[in-house]
Amino acid sequence: MRIGVMVCHCGNNIAATVDCEAVALAAREFPDVVFATDHMYACSDPGQKTIEQTIRDLKLDGVVVASCSPRMHEVTFRRAVERAGLNRYMFEMANIREHVAWISLDRKRNTEKATDLVRMAVEKLRYDRPLTAKSFEVHKRVLIIGAGVAGIQAALDCAEGGLDVVLVERRQSIGGIMSKLDKTFPTIDCSVCVLGPKMVDVGQHPRITLHTLSEVEELSGYVGNFEVKIRKKSPFVDWTKCTGCGACLEKCPSKKVPDRHNEGICTTTAITIPFPQAIPKRAAIDPTVCLRFTKGKCGVCQKVCPANAVDYDMQDEVLTEKVGAVITATGLDLFDHTKCGEYGGGRYPDVITSLQYERMLSASGPTAGHIKRPSDGAEPKTVVFIACVGSRDRSVDRPYCSTFCCMYTAKQAILTRDHIPDAKAYVFYMDIRACGKGYEEFIRRAQEEYDVQYIRGRVAQVYPTSGPTGGPSGGQLMVRGADTLLGAQVEIAADLVVLAVGAEAAHGAPELAEKLRISCDAYGFFLESHPKLRPVETNTVGIFLAGACQAPKDIPASVAQASAAAGKVLALLSKDKLESDPQIAQVQTIRCIGCGKCERTCPFGAIRMRELRDGSKRAEVVETVCQGCGICSVTCPVRAIQLAHFTDSQLLAEVNALCRTWDETTES
Amino acid sequence: MPDMGRDYRIIGFLCNWCSYGGADAAGVARFSQPTDLRIIRVPCSGRVDPMFVAKALLSGADGVLVSGCHPRDCHYTEGNLYARRRLELLRRFLPIIGIDEGRFEYVWVSASEGSRWRDMVTKFTDKIHALGPIPRMAETARTLCALEGMLGVSSAQPDMWHADETGGDLHRAAGRNAQRDALLHLDDYKEVMDGE
Repeated sequence: MRIGVMVCHCGNNIAATVDCEAVALAAREFPDVVFATDHMYACSDPGQKTIEQTIRDLKLDGVVVASCSPRMHEVTFRRAVERAGLNRYMFEMANIREHVAWISLDRKRNTEKATDLVRMAVEKLRYDRPLTAKSFEVHKRVLIIGAGVAGIQAALDCAEGGLDVVLVERRQSIGGIMSKLDKTFPTIDCSVCVLGPKMVDVGQHPRITLHTLSEVEELSGYVGNFEVKIRKKSPFVDWTKCTGCGACLEKCPSKKVPDRHNEGICTTTAITIPFPQAIPKRAAIDPTVCLRFTKGKCGVCQKVCPANAVDYDMQDEVLTEKVGAVITATGLDLFDHTKCGEYGGGRYPDVITSLQYERMLSASGPTAGHIKRPSDGAEPKTVVFIACVGSRDRSVDRPYCSTFCCMYTAKQAILTRDHIPDAKAYVFYMDIRACGKGYEEFIRRAQEEYDVQYIRGRVAQVYPTSGPTGGPSGGQLMVRGADTLLGAQVEIAADLVVLAVGAEAAHGAPELAEKLRISCDAYGFFLESHPKLRPVETNTVGIFLAGACQAPKDIPASVAQASAAAGKVLALLSKDKLESDPQIAQVQTIRCIGCGKCERTCPFGAIRMRELRDGSKRAEVVETVCQGCGICSVTCPVRAIQLAHFTDSQLLAEVNALCRTWDETTES
Repeated sequence: MPDMGRDYRIIGFLCNWCSYGGADAAGVARFSQPTDLRIIRVPCSGRVDPMFVAKALLSGADGVLVSGCHPRDCHYTEGNLYARRRLELLRRFLPIIGIDEGRFEYVWVSASEGSRWRDMVTKFTDKIHALGPIPRMAETARTLCALEGMLGVSSAQPDMWHADETGGDLHRAAGRNAQRDALLHLDDYKEVMDGE
């Protein structure tokens, strides 16, 4: 075999702490290595050209590049060797940047370690075999999970691009958090006026199949051929008959149900249509509160329904859909403000969250757009906003910035002054983060035009001025905090305190991640494939991310990522056939004893037992289904099943390469 | 700790999706770490055959660290659960073949946990440094190699642990070597575990 080695300096990234020339020099002594050199940037155009030229000139059979992580540039270099006529799997990478140069400054030991890693790569390459990808058909449909603004945007973009879309939403209506907002920053545009038409488009688009009150129960398969099980929860109303007239809502006797759409600041009925612009505008019964289900009596809605749509015996439905790609757009949930006891959230009725305040500001909200204190319904004259509640706070394990609270707080302060011109608005903040188009100007407007008082400092305590719970009517809340710019303590008597709650991962996100086989970060947000270069992809091919399920995001960023994800899906499914990864399990039929252990072990059902003419059985790998994990290789008692490119021989060759050198160094 | 003027011999088997990414993240963040560890990339911790670990330790590695995705976060759904069963068994088994079980560890590190990876590497390396170089089983190893030479089985081939029936019989008949027998039996245990 003829192997070529290239050691990359990566500018100074590697060369600063690794003697790349020495590594290349040492590599020349390794078995089968006929050429070794170092290069300033192996991934650059000249670097790749050098690799290609060397392969041709020296008739190489395999190449090792020692540079950055294979997770970064393996694909780049594989393409390069392929252009020079080699099989793309006759290539190995030694990671001497992330795993060597960047973790230690000890040049001597780094150089030794880099040499070892190159030696291992060479030994592995000696056992590499050319592999060829197989192609397979794809389903030109996409599943989108979550129908907030990101899911809606992705669905419309995909549908416009000619794909059939299956859109799944766990709530009764699409729209997500944006449908709860009154206005959006920095334009003070009406939120539902922007979103509403898009929601209608989703409802009417011939290519979009919408499943609300539905959740993904199971996802199996692989890119191009996913099979998804969707549980459609029973609304106990036949939506093909329901016209959304609302007669049932008027007559429903259980009227004390906390209204989720209005963030619990008012009540609703057991049979509801969540809001006027809901899509689909159909009624649904919440069986956990409906008297018919909890007590076994009542039946009013059935009697009053003019369309005869109410059906108490309706059952959940489980649908199976086949799709080629998945976009998750499950969004975020808000931090539970009762966890910060010092602000009195949950104890004092006049301490509310920003989203509750938003519902109050909304003309379609419970107060019809009038700001009223929850305790007595009076119009507040002093409103205090506390920023960073559950953001940038290590004491509640939320060290990250939620990115949008500064902006919505400014918006709400402006709207407060708009609604009640003689009211005062104070904002306690840590820093103002307004890095978006027109954002800083918006903050200035709040401060200068609307005279919102910004106080830089944290609030220590919120306590009632009279009575234990905010007191009788007229009782105010005292907000005590620090003004770090004045270096003084401040106390403000407030009629209403609004907590700018931060973002956290959507409830159920880790469970969904498990079903989709994607990863979460430490806070439950879905992990992207690469933070800079692949922010929309996940590590599972064919599954993409849109919106705040990946990290806290505001509306423009969510929409942008949704369109990006749609673009990725359209590009992926623009091909009629996809190539499968040939790094999969292979059975040596001669060795196989037909014990069937691999079949039972495989998580994907990619192995089946084939009967021979003599009645004995042998394992067989279904090539497109195998994901290349290699669990079966370890299970096989006779080593008859091997994972291509990661065979026992290859991995042991790496181990041996190290042990042999160690032997030499010890004995010498 | 004894400094030998060179790195200790530590091998890491890291799954491609979580831990390798975590080690990359630690590098990108420039988290300073001991240099001793040499990382071998595998698709999944479920690909790590306990035999790789045993072989590495018998061949002179001072320590072996296996790292995969956290349970329930596996790219292949349950590969790390297989790994956990197999490797836990291996850990308890190591003293039987005369290896301090502290020389082997399996951990879970996700792709976003660069700092956790640094902590794991530092802790494990410190532990190996404290244990010192692995006692050379040179004599045993040489006997084994000689035996293998006689039997015509190359030590570079994994097949040595799975010699055909004649080979296996010969091994047993010729050696009665505790380590070798133990290694052969490890596979039986493994089957029992996987069969559960």
